[in-house]
Amino acid sequence: MEKFGFKLSKPRVIDFDRNDKSVAEFIHANEPSFRLCIECGGCSATCTAGNFIPFSLRELHILLKRGETEKVKDNIEKCMLCGKCSLVCPRGVNTRNIIELAKRAFKIPELHAV
Amino acid sequence: MMAGNVVVVGGGVAGMEVAGQLARSGCMVTLIEKESFTGGHVREWHHLFPDRRNSREVTDYLDRQIDHDNITLMAGTTIARMEYGKKVFTVDTDNGTSLSADAVVVATGFDLFRSERKEEYGYGIYDNVITSADLEAMFRNGAIKRTDGTTPEKIGIVHCVGSRDEKAGNIYCSKLCCITAVKQAMELKEHISDAKVYCFYMDMRMGGALYEETYRESQEKYGINFIRGKVSEVGETIDHKLIVKVEDTLVGRPLRMELDMIVLMAGMEMSKGGVKMAQIFGLKTGENRFFAAADHHYGSNASNVEALFLAGSCTAPMNITETISHARAAAAEVINYLRKAER
Repeated sequence: MEKFGFKLSKPRVIDFDRNDKSVAEFIHANEPSFRLCIECGGCSATCTAGNFIPFSLRELHILLKRGETEKVKDNIEKCMLCGKCSLVCPRGVNTRNIIELAKRAFKIPELHAV
Repeated sequence: MMAGNVVVVGGGVAGMEVAGQLARSGCMVTLIEKESFTGGHVREWHHLFPDRRNSREVTDYLDRQIDHDNITLMAGTTIARMEYGKKVFTVDTDNGTSLSADAVVVATGFDLFRSERKEEYGYGIYDNVITSADLEAMFRNGAIKRTDGTTPEKIGIVHCVGSRDEKAGNIYCSKLCCITAVKQAMELKEHISDAKVYCFYMDMRMGGALYEETYRESQEKYGINFIRGKVSEVGETIDHKLIVKVEDTLVGRPLRMELDMIVLMAGMEMSKGGVKMAQIFGLKTGENRFFAAADHHYGSNASNVEALFLAGSCTAPMNITETISHARAAAAEVINYLRKAER
C-alpha cells in the first residue's frame, strides 16, 4: 500500500539532557586526557584514513561528548591506528587509546542503549 | 624635591597606584573618588585570576600605596567644573572645593556591562540568571544557591555578554571574561564538587600570563565542559529550570540544554564617570567609547589635552597587572612633564 500523509521529522537539535553520554564517561574514566581536547582539528588534518574517506576524529570526539554516539559507532572502525593523530595533538591527548576505548565501550551492552 | 600639584581622578587600581607613585616622587596629590571607598571593582571581587588569590591582598597593597603624607584623599566627591590657563588647571569639585593642579591624571576605569540589556538572556527576568559579579558576591558569602535555596547541579557560563556584540554597541573584546569564566567555573566545582559546569564561548581568548595553563587545568583537574557557540536565547521551563538555545558550532547542529543556573560574563564598558570627564576636560574618545590615547604604541598615557594623562582601564579593558603597569607609566609621564615644565 502506498504510504502517504503526515510524518514526523527527527529534529536536528542535539538533545543534550536526554542523550546517553555513557561512552564518553567510560573514556573519561579510563583516559583522562580525553578532557583536554580543544577541537583544533590537527588529528583530522593529518589522518591517514581521513585523507581518502570521510573520517574525522575531531568530529567523532565532539559527538561522543554530546552523546551523539550513532555516527561514532558507524565510523570508528575506519581508523587504521597509525597514531599520527597522537603525534600532532598540541594538548597531548592519547587519541589512539581513545579510539580503542570507544571501540571497547561499544561492545559493552549496558554502556550504550543505542 | 620636585614640586607639582597633581589631581588624580578615580580611586580604583590605576588611580591609587598613580597617586602612590607620584607622592613618592615628591608631588602633592589629590585623589578624587566618587564612591565612599577606594579600590574600585577589585574591592567587590572575591578571588582573582589566574592564581585565585584573595583580592584583599591587592587592595591591601593599594591601601599602602595611598597611605602617604603627600596624598589627600577626597572620597565621595566628583568633579563639577574645570578651567585650564597658564599651564594650571583649576578643578572645582561638587562639594565646593577648588583645586589648583599642574597636571591631571584621569583614571576613571570601567563599568560592567548591564546584563539586563541583553534581554534574551533573561537577567532580571528569570530568577537564576546571575552575572559574574553576582557570583563573586556569592563566593564571598560562601554559598552558591538558587533563589529557592537549593544547590545548583548544572551550571552554564555564558561568555561575551556585552562584548564582541554589535547589537550591544560593543564590537571589542573585553579580554578578561574568558579567564574569569574559567576561574569561576573551577571555583564552582570547588564549592559544589558534583556540579556539571558548561562554558558557552565564541573563542577562548587565553592571551594573558598563565591563562592557557588555567584553561587546561580547568579541563584536566575540574572537568569543565566547553561548548563553542553563542547562546542565542535563554528560556524557563514550568519547573523553573533554565533552558539554553545554542548552536554547537563544532558539531554544526543546534543544541538544547536545561540548566539550574546561568552565569553571564558581563563585559567592560567606558564608565559613566569617564563620559562625564570627557565632557568636562574635552577628552577624545575612540570608537569603543574608551578614552583615545595620543598614540596607540608609545603614547598610551598621553591624551589630546596638554598636561592631562590617562591611566588604566579608562583607555581599554585591562587586567590588574596591566592596570598597575599602565598607572606606573602614567606617573612617569607626569613626572617627565613636570620636569620639563620647570625649565
